[in-house]
Amino acid sequence: MEKQLLLGDEAIALGALHADIAGVYAYPGTPSTEITEYIQRSPLSRERRLHSTWCTNEKTAMEAALGMSYAGCRSIVCMKHVGLNVAADAFVNSAMTGVNGGLIIVVADDPSMHSSQNEQDSRFYGKFALMPILEPSSQQEAYDMMEYGFELSECEKLPVLMRIVTRMAHSRASVSVKSEAMPVHRLPYAKNPAGWVLLPANARRKYDALVDQQVRLQQLASEAPFTQIRPSGADASVMGIIACGIGYNYVMEVDGKKARHNVLKISQYPLPADKIRQLAEMCSEILVVEDGQPFVEEQVKALLGADIVVKGRLTRHLPRTGELTPDNVSGAMGVQTESVYSQAKYVVPRPPALCQGCGHRDVYAALNEVIKEYPDARVFSDIGCYTLGALPPFRAIDTCVDMGASITMAKGAADAGLFPAVAVIGDSTFTHSGMTGLLDAVNDKARITVIISDNLTTAMTGGQDSAGTNKFEAICLGLGVEPEHVHVVVPLPKNMDEITRIIREEIEYDGVSVIIPRRECIQTLNRKLKQKRAEKK
Amino acid sequence: MKKDIILSGVGGQGILSIATIIGEAAVKAGLTLKQAEVHGMSQRGGDVQSNLRLSDDTIYSDLISMGGADMILSLEPMEALRYLPYLNKEGWIITSSAPFKNIPDYPEDAALQDELKALPHVVAVDVETLAQENRMPKCANVILLGAAARYMGILSDNELRDAVGRVFASKGNAVVEMNRRAFDVGYAAVSAL
Repeated sequence: MEKQLLLGDEAIALGALHADIAGVYAYPGTPSTEITEYIQRSPLSRERRLHSTWCTNEKTAMEAALGMSYAGCRSIVCMKHVGLNVAADAFVNSAMTGVNGGLIIVVADDPSMHSSQNEQDSRFYGKFALMPILEPSSQQEAYDMMEYGFELSECEKLPVLMRIVTRMAHSRASVSVKSEAMPVHRLPYAKNPAGWVLLPANARRKYDALVDQQVRLQQLASEAPFTQIRPSGADASVMGIIACGIGYNYVMEVDGKKARHNVLKISQYPLPADKIRQLAEMCSEILVVEDGQPFVEEQVKALLGADIVVKGRLTRHLPRTGELTPDNVSGAMGVQTESVYSQAKYVVPRPPALCQGCGHRDVYAALNEVIKEYPDARVFSDIGCYTLGALPPFRAIDTCVDMGASITMAKGAADAGLFPAVAVIGDSTFTHSGMTGLLDAVNDKARITVIISDNLTTAMTGGQDSAGTNKFEAICLGLGVEPEHVHVVVPLPKNMDEITRIIREEIEYDGVSVIIPRRECIQTLNRKLKQKRAEKK
Repeated sequence: MKKDIILSGVGGQGILSIATIIGEAAVKAGLTLKQAEVHGMSQRGGDVQSNLRLSDDTIYSDLISMGGADMILSLEPMEALRYLPYLNKEGWIITSSAPFKNIPDYPEDAALQDELKALPHVVAVDVETLAQENRMPKCANVILLGAAARYMGILSDNELRDAVGRVFASKGNAVVEMNRRAFDVGYAAVSAL
């Protein structure tokens, strides 16, 4: 055993490496990205020739990992919470087929939406798919849970969902880790087609078995080493607290030494009903502390009925939205934290902005120049750095919803007669979920102008490889965009006349056109130059 | 003993390097620590902060409570003031005095300085000018750490100075020496105040 200072994401990555994964499959997404990056950098990854290159999207990642499981190897899939929406088809059905080699799907939720469009709670997906869920409360647990999770997965022949949140993913702590990885072990290929071919007759049988298995999964959650009741030291306990995942830390921050309350720590689901009942017998009211949505609170209410008061986010003892903080948890436990100094007078917001010198800036400058001639024009945009084009000084976009929605929403709006309908999408987002929408637009000869702002990387998440680099013209032509309506330009101020002319012409074209402004991300470019200089030295 | 520090600044100024150095010193000294960082969207020239907690006891929460911080260590004066509600009564603000103006409605310099001066425990150091004068343009963050060293308590200045060396070791001797010097420039700047 040795101690290492690790981010939650890194603890998961190292835990997975030490548990002998043969691959990680992922699409970048804050706050999950660092898991895959850690594995990519790890010497062990090269030694054992692990798969660790980025996938085109979360669905392809999930399916490839299931294939790896079929072939008898362990793997993890990593994504942010909204990525699970993309992977959902494969995710839900992977609980139906079950697994051969161990499979853990790590999903990083983002309560408070630090860098996301919503704060959906992935535990609902786990329950929906009837899959066991792990929710670590510390970086140490995150590391330990990987080996545990793979054993659980292989024993139960099911994929396992590990749910973390931003404050776990991006917080560093000292972690005791093993000095070496488990030896390589491979299971034989799966060979039971009746279990893997989800024809209705097979699927019905599998689904019944999966439902029957839930009793056992609940029992396992109850017996898990991470599930504990910390009894109160007081004679008369004030409250019972159900603390899930990192919620446990905020509870213990207040009650760790005092031990005034009975605390049930939950780190594995399905929710262990016996432990909940046991806690309920020890107290007259229960506070549920969970990050995200009131997933446990609803279930506890249903389980215990009206006999006992259950407090939480639904009862507003904790805020209904946003992440847990030491302050709101402390308040819900009856201990108010207080500021000594009030908010300073001369502090104004400092929102993020597109970098100086970024190509997206030139794209928006050109687009705004043309668009002002069309009062009814709408710009449908997408997920990435260029979403910052919504802010001043550009105020250049009208929508941003989900990965790929720019093209399809522009098409739908054009179908309804909106003109001009412009889509702005990044290179990585285009290959993630934009290509199929473009095919729809081509097939309907929709009157839209698509701008694929290509900076040769997945920039927002820190510059990961982009799946379509060097292939965009070929992809667009292959999908049927007419060659004379595919243009590549270099977004620089000196090319403004050419770019605005092309945008103007293509807006007027009654069909699908694609303009690809291409210039490398200023951040990745600077990083490369720095590296080169360092190598020269 | 514990030390709860809020590190703040503007994306790209180098607060995470400061956190790394303090973290390295803390691990070496056998302290427990937790450090919550900000990644992603907020880094593009927006405000960034990190909660760094050090203790000789168990630390549970990754985040610091309102009124709980012993120190705000900031590379930008307005960003220091942003976290004022987190500072405890005896807590110190150690900040760069040089404003970073990348927004149109940045407050008046005088108003900002007055607000800082009105607080009881503030050390404002012009680390940017010190970095220029000493020909170490990229070391403003380490100069600030040097200035904070006198107020750290839980870690000695030597423990921090040694950690500077270890953190930059992979970048060669010249970089290590420059950063050690930067640390000393900051340390000396405070005693001169």
